[in-house]
This record gives sequence, C-alpha cells and structure tokens, in this order.
Amino acid sequence: MATAFMVGARHLFYGISMLSKYRNMGWKKFYLIYTTSDETFSVNYSMDVPENIDRGWTYFWVSFLDQMYWVAGAAIGAVFGSFITIDLDGLDFVMTAMFIVIFLGQWEKDGKRLKAVLIDHVPEFIGIFGSIAALMVFGPDRFIIPAMVIILVLLLAFRKPLEKNMNKKESAT
Amino acid sequence: MTISQMIITIILVIAATVLTRFLPYIIFREGKEIPGTVQYLGKVLAPAVFGLLIIYCLRNVNFAAGNHGVPEIISIAAVIALYQIKHDMLVPMAGGTVLYMILIRIM
Repeated sequence: MATAFMVGARHLFYGISMLSKYRNMGWKKFYLIYTTSDETFSVNYSMDVPENIDRGWTYFWVSFLDQMYWVAGAAIGAVFGSFITIDLDGLDFVMTAMFIVIFLGQWEKDGKRLKAVLIDHVPEFIGIFGSIAALMVFGPDRFIIPAMVIILVLLLAFRKPLEKNMNKKESAT
Repeated sequence: MTISQMIITIILVIAATVLTRFLPYIIFREGKEIPGTVQYLGKVLAPAVFGLLIIYCLRNVNFAAGNHGVPEIISIAAVIALYQIKHDMLVPMAGGTVLYMILIRIM
C-alpha cells in the first residue's frame, strides 16, 4: 500500500492545482477527480475554456475520452499485441514529447518577456532542476517523492517574490 | 501469493490510489474559502509538476554510457523547434517521436 501511495502521491499536487477549477460541478466532480491522470490533469489545467462553454462538461469529456483511450488502447493492445510484427521500439517517446509540449504551453502562458524570463518561470526551473537533483540522489525508482518535497519547499520559499510577480503580470494585462 | 492475498493487495492499492486523488478535495471542501497558501500553490505547482513529469519520462536515460542520451536530446530539441513552427500538440509530438524512433536505430 505504501508503494501505491508513493506512486500516486503526485495526484495530491494535481488535486491542489485543480481545486478552484473543479468547483461547483455537482456530481461530475466525483468522476473528474477519480479519472485524473497525468495527461488529463495536464490538458484540463492548461485549457483556457471559452466563456460561453460549460467548463464542467468540457473537463468531463476530456476526462472521459482519455479514460476510454486508455481502456480501449490497453484492451486492443492485450488482444492484438502479439499480431504486431513491425518493430515499434521507441514509440513511448510520444509521452515525453507530450509533456514537453504541455510544459512549453505553460511556459508561454507564464510570460514571454525576455527581460523577465527568469522570474516568470521560477516554478518551471524549480520543477526541472529539483527533479534532476532528486533523480541523481535517489535514482530512477525512488525520486518522485523527494522531488515533490523539494518542489514544495522551494515553491513555498519563493512565495513572496513569485506572488509579487504574478500580481504585477495580472495588473499589466 | 494466494488468491485472497492478491485480492487484498488489489483492494489496498485501489484504496491508496483513490485516497491520493480525493484527499485535497476532502481537506479543502467546497463552500469554504481555500487558504492563501493553497491558492498560491494551485497556481505554481502545475508548471513545476510538468517539469517533474518530463524528468520522470527521461529517468532511465543513461547519459554516461550507450548512446549517451543523444537521441533523446536531439528529439527533445526537435519537439521544441517544431512547437515554435506549428503551435499545436500533434506536429511536435509526432515529429519528435518519429525522429526519436529513427535515431535509436541508427545511433
């Protein structure tokens, strides 16, 4: 159970990030929380849902479709996997590529000013370098929780300057 | 492992998984004001977590031996470059992945 908790710990971060976005959704909220996966969280968090579209149903369909893709993909793979003879080695890089694209999208949202590139993207830097540090110390199988701790500590340490910068950006728009 | 041991293990794993998902929403119930610290974290955690996820995907890359992670580095650069050219998800992801699959076969 401890291992499952360690593997799932990042979902605590996802939950905190989506607290305000998943408000006032009634029964859908239960389903949304349950089906949050890395990709569903990344997409739902990064989406700017237009004003005239219902956010609740948008998040719902993203989550639902993602869950269907997972279930169908796993099922099809299980049944037909042995029939695939072409060498698909390296296909799993698509997941890395996806998170890079999501990261880049968030990076641009956080600021495009060249002069402020460092302060605008402190959370990104903390995420990347904190994780690398944890990876080097704890190895690939054990670094997630330490990485999350490092990220949490550093983000809280930088709170004053970061909040000031965020207010500056908000009042500038 | 006996059948009952397997069933109990599965139940515990489900419980741990569900707990990690719902805990933030249980602690910070709707209707109550979310504390300032948590609101702040809600804004800054995501960018950091996206960084963590990238490193997680690359955690087993060996930079000291083998192909030294060169296919990964080149493919990551390609994803970033393609994203500047075509600002969507499909082109950078497909292009980067295809490039990667080619590179690991020739390096």
